[in-house]
Amino acid sequence: MENLLGIAVAAIFINNIVLTKFLGLCSFFGLSTRLKTSVMMGMAVTFVATCSSLITWLVYQYLLVPFHIEYMRIVAFILVIASFVQLVEITIRKLSPPLYRAFGIYLPLITVNCAILGVTLINVDVERYSFAASVVNGFATGLGYTLAILMMAGMRERLQICEAPSSFRGLPLAFITAALLALAFQGFGGMVE
Amino acid sequence: MKLQEFTKGILRKNPVLGLVLGLCPTLAITTRVENALGMSLAFTFVIVLSNLLISLLKRFIPRDVRIPTFIVIIASFVTIVEMLIHGYSPSLYEQLGIFLPLITVNCIVLGRAEAFASKRPVSETLLDTLGMSVGFSLSILVISFLRELFGTGKIVVFGHQVIPGILSSPAVGMILPPGAFLVMGILLALMKKARVV
Repeated sequence: MENLLGIAVAAIFINNIVLTKFLGLCSFFGLSTRLKTSVMMGMAVTFVATCSSLITWLVYQYLLVPFHIEYMRIVAFILVIASFVQLVEITIRKLSPPLYRAFGIYLPLITVNCAILGVTLINVDVERYSFAASVVNGFATGLGYTLAILMMAGMRERLQICEAPSSFRGLPLAFITAALLALAFQGFGGMVE
Repeated sequence: MKLQEFTKGILRKNPVLGLVLGLCPTLAITTRVENALGMSLAFTFVIVLSNLLISLLKRFIPRDVRIPTFIVIIASFVTIVEMLIHGYSPSLYEQLGIFLPLITVNCIVLGRAEAFASKRPVSETLLDTLGMSVGFSLSILVISFLRELFGTGKIVVFGHQVIPGILSSPAVGMILPPGAFLVMGILLALMKKARVV
């Protein structure tokens, strides 16, 4: 039996998907200018990462492994994620139009967010987690992403009104901020065995 | 044939330092110049061949399902390059790790497919993607050079010491995640200062 709590803490803090593993960076820098959009993106990523971890684990173990076509995992996973995101989009549009408007463009964007494909590949390829551990890892990775993007958005909202040298304004300063955040997250290393 | 389709990707529309796309491999694998060379080759293979195929098939791909089609074409080429590297250079395969399959969701590749290859003739697509590959490779080589030099004090490529140890106490932080963000931030600021982009 694996230590599920340990996996969760590791995915949120020690191996934070954005600040330590460098996944999902495009949306991390693109959407962290405002706090409100970051909250929506964080929730969407957490939801899709959890469900994709669940589905891709089943697809891998019961479809790809029995037929010995593990090398097809990239194509299979990206198709599963893309169709799942499409399905969620249609469902939300039918069930709750206000929620659909709130999520807007964020859902389709998730298909090509490398954090999602990354976490599903880590589950079956790198760590070879069990079913429960994969789902926990997917959920915790989403939480880690949300934590990082929220912290970043909070800081960037304040950075907009500070007087930085003109060549550093905007993205360059965001990268320097991310460097300091990543430095802080290095401190979590070695917390869980 | 317009040569500017090739040259624009190198400086003015540099995918990494100008358009700020494809950040994940740019920051993750640039701990060593050797890895950046391997990633450049894999990236060039995937972006050129997948976009050529997309440009050839552009009349047959229905507009509504174009994005899934592009992704499947790209994913197929990534699978090919992954098997090739696994077979020919297992050590490079280990080093690139998860970032090799993740070329599939690299926004530069999909971005060129959507913005360029799906609308333009094959010859222009070839020039455009080659230019983008050169721009991407140059960017990650510069970043990895700075990180390896300051992080380890020397540059070692495939067992040959290109630059011997010049720092008595290298800054290890440069090859850790914070160093990647720092180098990228400073390079972006320099590009802005020089008014290149």
